Amino acid sequence: MSTVPLTLQARSPMKALPWAVPVALLLFALPQAIDPYKTILLAYGLVMGIAALGFNLLLGYTGLLSFGHSAYFGVGAYAVALIFKYFHVRSMELFLLGAILASLVVSALFGFVCVRYTRIFFGILTLALSQVLWSLAFKFYPITGGTDGLRVPTPTLLGLPIDTAGDKILFLARNYYYYVLGFFFACVLVMWVIVNSPFGKALQAIRDNETRAEFVGIHIRRYRFVAFLVSGVFTGIAGALWVPLNGLTTPDILYWPFSGEIVFMTVLGGFRTFSGPIFGAVAFNYLKTSAVGFTTYWQALLGAILVFLVLALPGGIVGTVVQLFPILKKRFSR
Amino acid sequence: MDILVIHLFNALLYASVLFLIAGGLSLIYGVMRIVNLAHGNLYAFGAYVTAWVVGQALAGAHPVILYLLLPAGAFAAALLGAILEPTLLRPFYRRAEEYQLLVTFGLLMILEDLMRFFWGPYPLTATSLFEKMGSLKIGESVYPRYHLLVIGIGVLAAGFLWAFVYKTRFGVVLRATSQDMRRASAMGVNVNRVYIQAFTIGCFMAGLGGAIVVPGQSAVLGMGVDALVLAFVVVVVGGLGSLEGALVGALIVGIVREFGVSVFPEVELAVLYLIAVVVLLVRPAGLFGRTA
Repeated sequence: MSTVPLTLQARSPMKALPWAVPVALLLFALPQAIDPYKTILLAYGLVMGIAALGFNLLLGYTGLLSFGHSAYFGVGAYAVALIFKYFHVRSMELFLLGAILASLVVSALFGFVCVRYTRIFFGILTLALSQVLWSLAFKFYPITGGTDGLRVPTPTLLGLPIDTAGDKILFLARNYYYYVLGFFFACVLVMWVIVNSPFGKALQAIRDNETRAEFVGIHIRRYRFVAFLVSGVFTGIAGALWVPLNGLTTPDILYWPFSGEIVFMTVLGGFRTFSGPIFGAVAFNYLKTSAVGFTTYWQALLGAILVFLVLALPGGIVGTVVQLFPILKKRFSR
Repeated sequence: MDILVIHLFNALLYASVLFLIAGGLSLIYGVMRIVNLAHGNLYAFGAYVTAWVVGQALAGAHPVILYLLLPAGAFAAALLGAILEPTLLRPFYRRAEEYQLLVTFGLLMILEDLMRFFWGPYPLTATSLFEKMGSLKIGESVYPRYHLLVIGIGVLAAGFLWAFVYKTRFGVVLRATSQDMRRASAMGVNVNRVYIQAFTIGCFMAGLGGAIVVPGQSAVLGMGVDALVLAFVVVVVGGLGSLEGALVGALIVGIVREFGVSVFPEVELAVLYLIAVVVLLVRPAGLFGRTA
């Protein structure tokens, strides 16, 4: 199905260290150097990075384009909001646990239906199913608050009392940023292990040639289903982490254009690379924020960028850099 | 009794508009194998153009002229489609479907803001067309005559389209291209021209849907995005690429929606999507779809 040459190869973790360590250190040090607003923006980017990473297990590694990932993001977020509403819990760890369970259940349910299909039908089906949840969140006003959404106050992290004296901005930019960063590192690590495991290799085999993959004994539907589950849970975790940043869950995050945004981020960074979706999510977040500040017609601007990207740079940012790198290397060594 | 008749008329009203949108989407998919995520925006574009043109002509124009201006949105959407297909979509036929979905998603974002740019963020109405026709007495209740006009246009459009696809020479070429593009091309069919024509007709239908809806409701931002998901339900139920399927799907969605709104309003939309899922599980290609 895919004609794009692969830039993904088996890489040992050691090979990634020279650039992964500086990036990690940079992410760790940045809040000391930039103002709280920018730190919070970066936290948004990292959260979306987790979602895009999960999404890309399906698109980049399994070859399935889901247009319904808003569902799992939304389920994660609404799980947090509903846990707070009905159980008055404020512990972020319990929120996350609830979000993981909820997104696991929903993605198992949806995945069971969706993995029977591939290509365009998979896309439409995931979209249609995500809209079931949207319409429920939209219409069940007494439970979900309808378009008003549900407010969620500042959570407690690791059971510790909040020490920033009620300054929410400072809390988000310091404590919560590092909390998100921790989860971000954990998610990246887990995903790295998954895609480089035999399971990940099997998914890539399914993506590249379904018939041959089946021939060597891979149970295609089961592998796709598990990939769907992992993808859904990652996105659900992102949804849960997103709630304290936003302070509010609304049906917008379940509506299908939000799924489109997740797809956009992944393609922007490059869905043929492991780190592409992460860079894409952070870049998209800055891009959108600056576009919204720059013009009323930010949507048209982003749309034009997307069209240009698909036309001219289908490899995305990271994919293009990776492709250019051997060329650059040659030029500099001459 | 008359309540039932009114419900039935309303269901047909929904179905007429939905058929126009979903029929266009299905026609385009059937011929070109492209799912156009921006299709709902062409429907919205039709609504905006009609509302704007009628609003411009409102002062002192004869009512008959106003009604003749109604299809303006359809022609505008067709023109837009005729421009978009060769410029934006043609480079993508050879590439994977993912890219086609992405490029039409980008188009959706652009069109949405284009409408915001031209007509502002406020709703645009053409209610005078709706009011001028007055209403009809059905038993004890009143029913707006304009809605009957919409149903009539929907039925006419379905009839014309059927005659067009199954009874004309162009229809034969269209179906041939849809079944086997390469062979049709080898037989001397200008595939590029057929594609542009099919896309234009599909956009015309979506625009017509918008044009006839706007006197009863109003043109608002986001109406295209809302309409697209319903159109998806219709084509999934009926079978992507099948016009008969779009008709039956639109009727099913129209009826379920109308009765759903009065009987189970909270889950009305969820029920529609669940119907689509059940159909997909039982008949993967939809009720009228061909398995590829």
